[in-house]
Amino acid sequence: MTSDSAGDGATIDGWSCPAPLRDQPNIVMGHGGGGKLSAELIEHLFLPAFNNEHLDSLGDAAVVDLPPGRIAMSTDSFVVRPRIFPGGDIGELAVNGTVNDVAMTGAIPLYVSVAMILEEGMPIDELAALTRSMAKAADQAGVQLVTGDTKVVDRGHGDGVYINTTGLGVIRDSIDIHPANVRPGDAILVSGTIGDHGMAIMSVREGLEFETTIESDTAALNHLVAALLEAGIEIRAMRDPTRGGLAATLNEFAAATQAGVVVEELRLPVKREVASACEMLGMDPFYVANEGKMVVVVPADQAERAVETMRADELGTDATQIGEIVANHPGVVVAKTAIGATRVVDTQVGEQLPRIC
Amino acid sequence: MKYLDEFRDPELAKRLFDEIDRITTQHWVLMEVCGGQTHSIIRNGIDKLLNENIELVHGPGCPVCVTPLDTIDKALAIAARDDVIFCSFGDMLRVPGSTQDLFQVKGESGDVRVVYSPLDAVNIAKENPDSQVVFFGIGFETTAPANAMSVYQAKQLGLTNFSMLVSHVLVPPAIRAVLNSPLNRVQAFLAAGHVCSVMGFSEYVPIVEEYGVPIVVTGFEPLDLLEGIRKTIIQLETGTAEAENAYPRAVSFDGNEAAQQLIEDVFETTDRNWRGIGMIPESGWELSARYADFDAARRFEVGDIDTQEPDVCRSGEVLQGLIKPNECEAFGNECTPRKPLGATMVSAEGACAAYYTYGRFIEIEGVSA
Repeated sequence: MTSDSAGDGATIDGWSCPAPLRDQPNIVMGHGGGGKLSAELIEHLFLPAFNNEHLDSLGDAAVVDLPPGRIAMSTDSFVVRPRIFPGGDIGELAVNGTVNDVAMTGAIPLYVSVAMILEEGMPIDELAALTRSMAKAADQAGVQLVTGDTKVVDRGHGDGVYINTTGLGVIRDSIDIHPANVRPGDAILVSGTIGDHGMAIMSVREGLEFETTIESDTAALNHLVAALLEAGIEIRAMRDPTRGGLAATLNEFAAATQAGVVVEELRLPVKREVASACEMLGMDPFYVANEGKMVVVVPADQAERAVETMRADELGTDATQIGEIVANHPGVVVAKTAIGATRVVDTQVGEQLPRIC
Repeated sequence: MKYLDEFRDPELAKRLFDEIDRITTQHWVLMEVCGGQTHSIIRNGIDKLLNENIELVHGPGCPVCVTPLDTIDKALAIAARDDVIFCSFGDMLRVPGSTQDLFQVKGESGDVRVVYSPLDAVNIAKENPDSQVVFFGIGFETTAPANAMSVYQAKQLGLTNFSMLVSHVLVPPAIRAVLNSPLNRVQAFLAAGHVCSVMGFSEYVPIVEEYGVPIVVTGFEPLDLLEGIRKTIIQLETGTAEAENAYPRAVSFDGNEAAQQLIEDVFETTDRNWRGIGMIPESGWELSARYADFDAARRFEVGDIDTQEPDVCRSGEVLQGLIKPNECEAFGNECTPRKPLGATMVSAEGACAAYYTYGRFIEIEGVSA
């Protein structure tokens, strides 16, 4: 499947047979009822967009073959508002997010399921656009969307669309990536700038009027992971720092082995516009969500090669080392501040609240 | 980043630390008035690197922290009404009232919205003519111009469904209250740069003359703070006491006169109860008689408010600089950002939250706490 073919199939205008829904521009309860309207959505929207033999068979379950190895499985639900934001949309995010969760184990993601909960009244045009976007994301990640489900809830009982995706991947036997593997002396790398997604969402959700647009970094990271593994990098631990941001991930590493973590604030890659927005709102980029970045822990002597490998990929051009695992202060993440002092970077309580002044 | 990186330069910071070392010959106690400065000091670790003869105590300049409990309870009662859309700055939402916070009211069906500007609340009022839109107008002089502008605009637009629950507080009376306390140890003040960008610093001249303490207008970035501290120490060491400006890129002697005129039109001075501190005469602003119709406290009858503060919370002493947050027995134990007992543990500008967030509760091996 190519992104072009996905694009052709998934618009109302592209519908081939007589379609009563052409006169029905919005989702109605019947679209989740399992009857004709449901069938039309599947036949005219999802099948042409997702286009693969597993889905086309329309069985009760997708039947797939897996290469040898352990199986990695992950599920996530996406409830983002607004549904379309600078740099992406909820459809793309739902595919990339799950692909990334599977990929962070070192698995090659292969298959993804999609369950949508639609709110009555949602424009079918928008659903088509999100579907197209999911198909494109799957295509770029090299995964197939092999099974799905659609339900409709009454108007006012949903936020347009909620999407759940579950991903399946296979881990080669030699690979063992886990936070418990980190050791003092290991290098901590990030694949690029932090805080982009969270600030992109905040900038549109809260109606802030910034002069520049901050774009979400949503992207599938499995190819970047594959590049590191192919280069023979021994990845000790790896995470995509989504909710809770970099701080949550680093604390997870520190907690898993009771090692300490030291990062240098001046080495954190943060886009200028993201840094400015954070300053203005009293946010700390350490705690802001990312959707297309990963934190990788590798042995110190492989750090440079790992950074170079990531930089060779377009998703890793800003990759850099930000710190190291240490034997001191077990379980605690410490940041060296710009002026040379230190502070503790704890996991955050609840969500960050924009400050008053 | 422009206007930020320049003021975080490690080399220049080191030079200022060295210079402060050179000129400091004895123990001095300085109070940074503003919670934003407290956060910057703790976040950057300035107090750890500063000459050990200089003691920084944290002042009452956290607007969220000093908003009186009965006002919070009033806000909660108003926000819970079916006909009200209650708008607030984000960091008010987790501030504990007697029994609840705004987050809980929101969870229980109250329409509570975070806005970044009170003018957004005016727009919400325009768009929702069938609802009463109430903005929680708190803050020091810094937020007053925008709050005043929203009430002014609402009046110009003839909006009858917009009102403000006002609890503004003022810095100069708070400085006097600290100085008048028999327990006071503070020998000089770093005045809050943002407050002074609105009000100027002419109003500190009488305080300096009356009490003989240096007051230095100071910014928020590490180099701003160090420069403010340096200027203050020079005054202390040479026995002078002046109102001085170490933040000239944002502050002038007379301040923003257009903003001050608007404030004068919309607000008038009133006695104000500060949470944790008590009544300070003429230390607040309320809506002036011309704008009394926009006063949410008058528009909504919320009944008798019976306030209850937790016994163990010592935020009042923290706010007056009498104790450091981690000297409170509840700090990090029954009082954490997850379950704050006092507002100082909630706000981004609260001293307790700063201490907790940046780890001033654990002694860590290999790192000076």
